[in-house]
Amino acid sequence: MSYQPVLTARVGVVDPASLKDYEAHGGFRALRHAIAIGPDAVIDLVTQAHVLGRGGAAFPAGIKWKAVNEEHGPKFVVANADESEPGTFKDRVIMEGDPFSLVEGVIIASYAALAEKAYIYIRGEYPQAIACVQQAIAACYAAGYLGENILGAGFNLQVEIRKGAGAYICGEETALFESIEGKRGFPRLKPPFPTQSGLFGRPTLINNVETLINALPLVLYGPDWYRQFGPSDSPGPKLYCLSGRVRHPGLVEAPMGTPLSELIYEYGGGVTGSGELGGVLLGGAAGAFISPEMIDVFMDFATLREIDAALGSGVVMVFDTSADIKGVLKRIAHFFAHESCGKCFPCQLGTQRQVEIIDRLAADRLRPGDLALLREVGQTMTDASICGLGQTAAGAIRTALDRFGYEASTGEFYTFQR
Amino acid sequence: MPPNEIWITIDGQALKVPPGITILEAARLAGVEIPTLCYHPSLTANAVCRLCVVEWRGSRTLVAACAGTVRPNAVILTNSRRVRTARRTILEMLAASVDLSDAPDLQALLAEYGGDPNRFGEDAARRTFDGVKADNPFYVRDYDKCVLCWRCVQVCADDVQHTYALGFNGRGFHTEIATFFDAPMPDTTCVFCGNCVGVCPTGALKGKREYLWGG
Repeated sequence: MSYQPVLTARVGVVDPASLKDYEAHGGFRALRHAIAIGPDAVIDLVTQAHVLGRGGAAFPAGIKWKAVNEEHGPKFVVANADESEPGTFKDRVIMEGDPFSLVEGVIIASYAALAEKAYIYIRGEYPQAIACVQQAIAACYAAGYLGENILGAGFNLQVEIRKGAGAYICGEETALFESIEGKRGFPRLKPPFPTQSGLFGRPTLINNVETLINALPLVLYGPDWYRQFGPSDSPGPKLYCLSGRVRHPGLVEAPMGTPLSELIYEYGGGVTGSGELGGVLLGGAAGAFISPEMIDVFMDFATLREIDAALGSGVVMVFDTSADIKGVLKRIAHFFAHESCGKCFPCQLGTQRQVEIIDRLAADRLRPGDLALLREVGQTMTDASICGLGQTAAGAIRTALDRFGYEASTGEFYTFQR
Repeated sequence: MPPNEIWITIDGQALKVPPGITILEAARLAGVEIPTLCYHPSLTANAVCRLCVVEWRGSRTLVAACAGTVRPNAVILTNSRRVRTARRTILEMLAASVDLSDAPDLQALLAEYGGDPNRFGEDAARRTFDGVKADNPFYVRDYDKCVLCWRCVQVCADDVQHTYALGFNGRGFHTEIATFFDAPMPDTTCVFCGNCVGVCPTGALKGKREYLWGG
């Protein structure tokens, strides 16, 4: 726990409404340095540091930045601040506590990708974050960090905010594009990928808020500094959203690859409720449950993928042994049925069938064959859905049944005996 | 090998195909039939029904054959257990939700894959609506039979007519094809071209004559 926060260093320290205060705390040093070394060198830094996308998909950011940089004609940068994954609140803390850092990250990304227009798509349920970022953008225009000929470097950038209207699916990058374009938030087929054909059919660099602010210290301190945190295949500082039955829930910044047990017992101060750990939901509703015996796992993308779990957006939701786990599964199933966009058959139909079976499970009225049916519905959604929503809609339920010792004959989860 | 042909393998059969064609087209060249529902040769492939999914070695998920294009050395399985499970489950879920009585092709496919829609129980939610919408002199809309294949929306929009009378209401299981604010068809931009009726695969859209007198 000797780690010194970098991404959240200014949160709670600076006045989020003051550009001067931001500058006094190192703000826009990264942008000046980026402009001094040029777009290609910035992209090299992001590539060498092996920054993986923090929104959940862990796609290497350097590949996206380079791909968009190499495209010609009008292109866009989009900051994905839709943050709708249950249990995720990291981007909100950044936007409300240090909004200028997001704007600076967007400017650096646009400079590197040679884009002159950027959008910040913020979850509509975040009025405070929207106000903070809006205010930061206005201050940046007034100070010459946005607009024409930024810092005299001959580079122009316009930034606009777009608000989500409450749909989880609009956090999916291509549905988000549809939403900005004024259409219904249906995900698109991929390929083509956003770097080739994204917003308004143009090459688009889309990154999560946390990914973008990773660029700030990286540009200043370099890839070797960045890679000292965490494993080599999944490096850097990481924001973990610690919630549920822990003594100190909240946002934790720690190196990638921090053991889960350290997050729960040291940062989180241990388990409350019954005091005994029942299970942990990693990655949110789209993630996976893990059982108490797995909590020494290292919290990075690669390790968690190996054990059939997910880091996702950094959600660590802790449940004690007294948790109503059936109620939790019911909430998750209803969440996906409610949020399915209805485009592809597996998700549109499967989320409904999953709800029906989980409702029976929660009411202790499972029928013979229900569990096998649930598995096939889940596998079909995972295998055949168009986008990440359907592909992850069965994961939490499947892992709970596998790892919490569900006994069909008694209808009880061994791990959660109250 | 000439640069305008690539090698791929479909169900163990190696063949040379032009680059950039879809998996569905490549399979037909190999004499392999892949079932489809939403796909229509004249329309944009939206790949929403996912019945044409195939296994592509190295891909995390299954791939829709109607929209996915082949790449050199692709190894594709069109009829593996994983593929068949997905297709059967989709068909079962569909038959448990929608009236397929006017869709004999889908019924045959369900039988071919050994699907049993009753697995979901008699109380499984169905998509039913308040009767047939007959709000114009030309055609009726029977949304109990609608599988949401998007064909009607596509022909009404960019693919053919550029009329944009049809869109969507609701979400997830409760998604419906609808006019803007559910307005009666004569109050919309609909020009009664009949293209939507022509492409409907399940009898949800029918000419009035056919609906009233059966053909």
